[in-house]
Amino acid sequence: MTKEDRSNVASVDTTQMPVIGPGHSFASVTDKISSIVLTHRTPKGWFIGLALSFSLVMILSGAVGLLLVKGVGVWGINIPVAWGFAIVNFVWWIGIGHAGTLISAILLLLNQRWRTSINRFAEAMTLFAVMCAGMFPLLHLGRPWVFYWLFPYPNTMNVQPQFRSPLVWDVFAVSTYFMVSLLFWFVGLIPDLATLRDRARSLWGKVIYGALAMGWRGSARHWHRYEIAYLLLAGLATPLVVSVHTVVSFDFTIAILPGWHSTIFPPYFVAGAIFSGFAMVLTLAIPLRKFYGLEDFITTRHLDNMAKVMLATGLIVAYGYLMEFFMAWRSGNKFEWYMTMNRLRGPYWPVYWGVLLCNVALPQLLWSRRLRRSALALFLLSLVINTGMWLERYLIVVVSLARDFMPSAWGMYRGTVWDYAVFIGTLGFFVFMMFLFIRFLPAISIFEMRTLLPEAEVKGEAKEGVKWKEGQPSTV
Amino acid sequence: MERRPAVYGLMAEFDNPTSLLDATSRAYREGYRRMDAYTPFPVEGLSEALDFRRTRVPLIVLLGGLVGCFGGFFLQYYIAAIYWPIIVGGRPFNSWPAFIPVTFELTVLCAALSAFLGMLALNGLPQPHHPVFNAPRFEMASRDRFFLCIEATDPKFEAAATRRFLESLGAREVSDVED
Repeated sequence: MTKEDRSNVASVDTTQMPVIGPGHSFASVTDKISSIVLTHRTPKGWFIGLALSFSLVMILSGAVGLLLVKGVGVWGINIPVAWGFAIVNFVWWIGIGHAGTLISAILLLLNQRWRTSINRFAEAMTLFAVMCAGMFPLLHLGRPWVFYWLFPYPNTMNVQPQFRSPLVWDVFAVSTYFMVSLLFWFVGLIPDLATLRDRARSLWGKVIYGALAMGWRGSARHWHRYEIAYLLLAGLATPLVVSVHTVVSFDFTIAILPGWHSTIFPPYFVAGAIFSGFAMVLTLAIPLRKFYGLEDFITTRHLDNMAKVMLATGLIVAYGYLMEFFMAWRSGNKFEWYMTMNRLRGPYWPVYWGVLLCNVALPQLLWSRRLRRSALALFLLSLVINTGMWLERYLIVVVSLARDFMPSAWGMYRGTVWDYAVFIGTLGFFVFMMFLFIRFLPAISIFEMRTLLPEAEVKGEAKEGVKWKEGQPSTV
Repeated sequence: MERRPAVYGLMAEFDNPTSLLDATSRAYREGYRRMDAYTPFPVEGLSEALDFRRTRVPLIVLLGGLVGCFGGFFLQYYIAAIYWPIIVGGRPFNSWPAFIPVTFELTVLCAALSAFLGMLALNGLPQPHHPVFNAPRFEMASRDRFFLCIEATDPKFEAAATRRFLESLGAREVSDVED
């Protein structure tokens, strides 16, 4: 994009904007994306980023090591706030993951072709976010080494999971979510791994990418089955992603605690998940396109569209807050009303006002077209929204637990240094995994980018040619 | 004993999806059946041009989903009502509404695994080697070239005549594929 284009950007209608920069061909798209992976000259910035994030992973290892040795007492949790940071972080991370599935599955089913250049790394983001999310409930178990007790298996103790508990539903929801996201991501990668196999010059590259590509040769019959399988996976992932955050919200709503026991939770949790997830996609995409010069592939149109999704889901979240407030008043239940007042004026008031500022007030800036198309402004706003959504989960988990029905059972909670260490450690782990992913796998789907080019469309007579055939279709 | 032909087939190379689709349709009309096209991305209408319209992938996914659904529900029913009956919150042993979330998750899990494994199995993958990789410049099939291979096992295949036919379709180059 030239300077003049950039100044005109605010006045152009989005649907007129291309999803891929001009002047690209099948070869240039392939070479540009695969060169990030196959280059021998790894950029210095990559090493610096990897080292920084790896040092945070070391903090994570240290904090988890201490936790295993001493027990969950090193965290700030106690009765009444037994959940604390662990569950706040779990819900926050899993919510971030949801944008990846939304972009890859739901936008695929809705035939939104602009998703193509962002779906691959959004899916990777999903996987790494779910890994981070999964760590927290497992560490919170207190004895994480017996985590497999969560699954039904024949055992000498003769005990089995209690399937009426939402916490058991959560185990199945999150592990299914991870598995299906992994399959979806890997299926999408197969043709690109074949491209890397064919273009790698080093022996190791050929062997490893070759093994992972499993002998993919781009046969028309294979593509046919591939596309159907991919579409079916998208169709399965779509209700799955809605169910996962619904089940996460059941962890709260099935209990009778004021601030948890609410029927608005499932839709408002799903909207909040997508809201924070898109914010995280922007947090990752904006530096990625800048440092690797991918502005032709992740265009202003992508930023604009993602900002619109954030605005829409942010409004649903705001509606959720409003309804919580309204129902607390309308129900006439004094515990519900006290909970609301406690949020506004209680000891944790900065959390609630922070949520309103970050998730309701500031996202309204997205109504401005100029702001939606400014990478820097969106990057900053995405950080604000990520913070706001973390605070929202803190509000739900901690502020509700700290003051329930009986004042004699109230208590204050504050995270300890180890709570922060584990949280910052998972942030480091997430970034560390993203760095490895960008370096060793194509961060943008190469084969889908090829289909966006005008040459990919079959023209003229050939298109008619396929219609003449008679006879019964054969099943192979 | 069937004599294996020394060549696997003849590979024609094209520049763009339009010429490939055109060539494939014409080869089919000419009577060739044992052939396949190789492309860097899914080309609309190409599998139809090869008269390959239906696959069993959806059926496999449906069956996988049903196994996950009924198996998942039965697992919970068996554990909660027969193997380890325990009263929780005064609910019946077979408190089926509480079993729906896990039933749903297992349905999706089994269906997704069958989509993945079914697609690979029907495609015959993983497959360490295939003769088409012997074709010159075949590595371009994952970049920007489009290939059509008429296999030697096709009843209408005759090395010289088929080569002439492929050349007449406007291929950049036609080459033998060793078996």
